[in-house]
Amino acid sequence: MWPDEVHRELVAAGVRLVGYVPDAGHKRLIELCQADRSMRAVPLTTEEEGIGLAAGAWLGGMRSVLLMQSSGVGNLVNVLGMVKVCRLPLVVIVTMRGEPGEFNPWQVPMGEATARVLETMGVAVRQAGEAQTVAAHVRAALRIAFQAQGAEAVLIAQKVIGIKSFQEQANQ
Amino acid sequence: MKPVLHRRDVVNKLLEARKDLLVVAGLGSTSWDITAAGDADLSFPTWGAMGQAAMIGLGLALAQPQRRVLVVTGDGEMLMGLGSLATIGVQQPPNLALVVIDNERYGETGMQATHTAHGVDLAAVARGCGFKDARLIRNEKEVESLRQAVHAGAGPLFAAVKVIDEKLPLVLPPHDGVLLKERFRRALLGKSADVLAEKG
Repeated sequence: MWPDEVHRELVAAGVRLVGYVPDAGHKRLIELCQADRSMRAVPLTTEEEGIGLAAGAWLGGMRSVLLMQSSGVGNLVNVLGMVKVCRLPLVVIVTMRGEPGEFNPWQVPMGEATARVLETMGVAVRQAGEAQTVAAHVRAALRIAFQAQGAEAVLIAQKVIGIKSFQEQANQ
Repeated sequence: MKPVLHRRDVVNKLLEARKDLLVVAGLGSTSWDITAAGDADLSFPTWGAMGQAAMIGLGLALAQPQRRVLVVTGDGEMLMGLGSLATIGVQQPPNLALVVIDNERYGETGMQATHTAHGVDLAAVARGCGFKDARLIRNEKEVESLRQAVHAGAGPLFAAVKVIDEKLPLVLPPHDGVLLKERFRRALLGKSADVLAEKG
């Protein structure tokens, strides 16, 4: 499963801190990070807190990632200015909403704008359209971020997550 | 009750003989305050990302559990990141102190009243979020006790320090974010700050 592969990549890259906003698509990965004694998983009240957390961690010599959903990308916009101007390493793993299969029309506008919003603020976007490509994209993002202080986002397509309705989500 | 404390006296007192203390300052006046107290490599003043000072402090405190971390920020900046108090309350970092220099004004935008001018009690919010030590500071004696707690007490610590709403000369830190980041990391981490090879 892709969450297990991504978790192994995080371990291999020396990631010790994981900021996350609760998300059905990231459920398994969040649980793996919570269960991993080498990592600290920090629940956030809103996505921009994850940027401050990542910035402080890097100042202190610790590698981190941020797990979130595309709906929250809009919340990051202003604080991504700090990432750019300080050239902070950043790895954001984003599960997509608003793509084909979406059951909630209110998710569509932010989903459609997610990649452009990130790119506009200087974050490189990697589109993981298939489950078997997610870990490779995450590995590349981790390498660029921590070796060259890049800002990277991996977008995991909604079809990879495969949730189709509120009921299915509730039953997950 | 009219405030009697001067913000720069408070910040000078907190940062006096700071030794290993790691310092983050919020956008605006508190960045000028920590710089007026003496620009230092182990200070990270922010020029943006309003609302994130406390979270930068949390990330730093988790990455450096053996060091004490002090976030100095303003009431307007703290109000923008109230959720971070809840996030910090959950993590309970024992080495983190948040000090809000509360002049009840947005000092950089024309001294408009903040919510604290209308009675919003930040220390009560912090207490409600799980800060066991959350104080309202109004006089010099309390500042002295706050200094002790910042440097040696068990955190997470929160203090709202009521200060006079005065306009002061700007004392600006370096503007370059890369410089601020790199000098901080090199001072804290030494040679390992520049070792970027992949971890096994």
